[in-house]
Amino acid sequence: MNRILKYVIVDIVKNKIVLAYAIILALFSWSTFSLEDNASKGLLTLLNIILLTVPLVAILFSTIYIYKSSEFIELLVSHPIKRSKIWWSLFAGLASSLAIAFIVGAGIPILIYVDFLKAFMMLSVGILITIIFVAIAFLSSILCRDKAKGIGVSILLWLYFALLFDGVVLFLMFQFSDYPIEKIMVGITALSPIDLSRILILLQLDVSAMMGYTGAIFKDFFGTSIGLVISFTLLILWIVVPFSISLIKFKRKDL
Amino acid sequence: MIEAKNICKRFGKLEVLKNINLQFNKGECIALIGPNGCGKTTLIKSILGMVLPNSGEIFFNQKSIKKDINYRKHIGYMPQIGKYPENMTIGQIISMVKGIRNNATLLDESLYQQFEIDKILQKRMSTLSGGTTQKVSAVLAFLFNPDVLILDEPTAGLDPLASEILKEKIIAEKAKGKLVLITSHLLSELDDLVSQVMFMQEGNIVFHKTVETLKKEAGVDKISKAIIQVLKLPKV
Amino acid sequence: MQYISIMQKICVYISFLLLSNVIFAKTIVVGKQTQFATIKAAIAFATNGDTIIVQQGLYKEGNILINKSIYFIGENMPILDGDKRYEVLSVKANFVTIKGFKIQHSSFATLDDPGGIKLYNSHDINILDNYLYDNFFGIYIQYCKNILIKNNIVEAFGKEEQEIGNGIHCWKSDSLQIIGNNLSGNRDGIYFEFVTHSVIWRNISFKNIRYGLHFMFSNDNAYFTNYFKNNGAGVAVMFSKKIIMMNNTFAENWGDAAYGILLKEISDCYMQGNTFTKNTSAIFMDGTNRFLIEKNVFKANGWGMKIQANCMDNVIDHNNFIGNTFDVSTNGTLTLNTFNQNFWDKYEGYDLNKDKIGDVPYHPLSLYSVIVENNPPAMLLYRSFMVSLLDKSEKLIPSLTPDNFVDLKPLMQSIRL
Repeated sequence: MNRILKYVIVDIVKNKIVLAYAIILALFSWSTFSLEDNASKGLLTLLNIILLTVPLVAILFSTIYIYKSSEFIELLVSHPIKRSKIWWSLFAGLASSLAIAFIVGAGIPILIYVDFLKAFMMLSVGILITIIFVAIAFLSSILCRDKAKGIGVSILLWLYFALLFDGVVLFLMFQFSDYPIEKIMVGITALSPIDLSRILILLQLDVSAMMGYTGAIFKDFFGTSIGLVISFTLLILWIVVPFSISLIKFKRKDL
Repeated sequence: MIEAKNICKRFGKLEVLKNINLQFNKGECIALIGPNGCGKTTLIKSILGMVLPNSGEIFFNQKSIKKDINYRKHIGYMPQIGKYPENMTIGQIISMVKGIRNNATLLDESLYQQFEIDKILQKRMSTLSGGTTQKVSAVLAFLFNPDVLILDEPTAGLDPLASEILKEKIIAEKAKGKLVLITSHLLSELDDLVSQVMFMQEGNIVFHKTVETLKKEAGVDKISKAIIQVLKLPKV
Repeated sequence: MQYISIMQKICVYISFLLLSNVIFAKTIVVGKQTQFATIKAAIAFATNGDTIIVQQGLYKEGNILINKSIYFIGENMPILDGDKRYEVLSVKANFVTIKGFKIQHSSFATLDDPGGIKLYNSHDINILDNYLYDNFFGIYIQYCKNILIKNNIVEAFGKEEQEIGNGIHCWKSDSLQIIGNNLSGNRDGIYFEFVTHSVIWRNISFKNIRYGLHFMFSNDNAYFTNYFKNNGAGVAVMFSKKIIMMNNTFAENWGDAAYGILLKEISDCYMQGNTFTKNTSAIFMDGTNRFLIEKNVFKANGWGMKIQANCMDNVIDHNNFIGNTFDVSTNGTLTLNTFNQNFWDKYEGYDLNKDKIGDVPYHPLSLYSVIVENNPPAMLLYRSFMVSLLDKSEKLIPSLTPDNFVDLKPLMQSIRL
């Protein structure tokens, strides 16, 4: 096993924030499932919480951690290790430990209360969202040398994906409500990883029936196995693209 | 052993290194001195590959360092302020670096023992004082018996005793024929150590002379005074 | 005196006539060991008032026509099979009772609407305890009066609306009683067109392709205590007046464009004591006027009520709205309907004078429901953070939702029903 990765994980796991994150997720999940009378509804409530907190924690914690590790990175760079290896290890360490926190916190209650297919979907989406926002954090922290600025950019990016993007979508819907925009809207929504994940989960639940014609288009496309492959590919692109850019930048960065 | 050719480095508009050429050889102990912001640390980092020059090339044992990172196996680096992951203990840091270097050669644990690191192995990095952190950095720099030692302000923050131990170690290593590169503001400390002095200012090498020449030119027997004397001389 | 004696003679004569039916009526048994191997032969032999008892067995006799007033009784569920080529049982007489048959495999032609049992212009017919299996129409009634259809099972296996008939299909009839039947897999479980003065009671209608119960141009009817589950829509009431709907359960009519009850162009109806659970839309009202909806429970539906802007003078009084995604939605800004003293679980007001009525009015229309109504693709944003934020802010400062859409006296506690 990669030694740096191992140490990064040990370091993060010992960090109380990740532990607290796992515990809070667990509290949310267990209480949601025990309060809601049916698991499907509980999952819906949990979906809201997860799509809000998981990206926030992932992006914020990662950004801060990367800045905090700058001297550590510096130390490693003076040793015979490839830069890409350092960056990869840091990324893998952050992504895996946050994902593990998610699985431990939210995953166990989901697996217990929800039937397997939905649980599997929810878990994979949660894990992907975690990794996506870790990747975005890598990008924003490599773009800004200044820590405060980097954290600010990360929060703004989170705000954008969690809130502003939907606002823009809503605005577009109203602007072009006289046109048959359903298909385009489905395409546009797929551009935000949070929206895409949310709809992927909703399609697994009964509430998809409420989504009417637009939901049907979504289901026609993303409900099929090809659509599922495409949407997961899109989500993975959300990991690959920001991280690759950050990796290229990191290789050229002066420390 | 280390050779730099036409190194230029800009940070934005600021030119930090202006066409630097230099050559360091085995057995030399070079003091890299100059005012704050003269480009010392940037030069060191360029050699270590931490800063990538805009132009020019650095060679280590006649091989360009751009392609192959393995030359760093032969370098021990002690940073000015070593910061480490807060939650790791000293023991973990040391074993991690051991793991990374994965050296087959015999480890040089003399500093490790002299600083009595084994007593504080369980301490977390976040709890350490600046001096202790420096000790860890020093231990790591010397641990792998490297051919080249690059020490950035090595004695800053160390207590006098530790400082003395480190100096003796540097002298011992120099005697073994290793290349030692030191930056320091404390010119008085360098007296017993260095064989050459390189003075930088605003990204240029003002001079690079052996200690003997320097002292001869200045007519004094302290490096610190000699440097001041030389700087006062009109430029040739 | 003479007048009286004539009356006496007439009375005696009439009672003799009536009695003769009883006294001289025969019982004919159809079965392998009996004189009559076929039902057709038995019917041909029978006269009005006779009883035909059909013993257990499979009878494939093509179309069986009952043209006499007889009791037609099955013993241990004999099977009448239409072989997918014939209408199984046709009734063209009055005073007939059909009881205890399994009637299966009618033909599937669409032109003359063949049924398992089909009544032509009859009155006073009882259809009891039959099992209608895999027929095109289950029980088909036209131009009939005083019909009792009780405790039958009508099971069909339709896949598409146009490939299957209705479970109990009633056309231009009057005074029907449809009680305790179990209907599944048909186009509509029960279908009424131009039917009046009829009652539908204690039926279970589920997994029908279109509607559990369907009224078209049928006035003055009532349905009580029925259970509608998993249909395209539980009940559809269209172009009808004065329908009473009480104590029914509408459950899990869930899917794209599925409704608990669909109301279109109806007026002067009354609804009480019904329970709506897990329907995509519990009630969809289109062109509905003077409809009193009281003491119903709306629980865990996608939409509690969708009220189109062309609905007027409806009163929604003392209902419980619990756990619906949207309690109410509408597509217009003008509302001419009244909400009064309902319980809304989303109500966040207070009750200082402890009269169990909230002191601040409740606006059941959420901003997002208005947005979705005007702009269906916005449903894509369902459950997004943005939407919850919008709704919260609209609740604090109502500005975009119509302000006459309001329950002035929301209840603090749910009504016990």
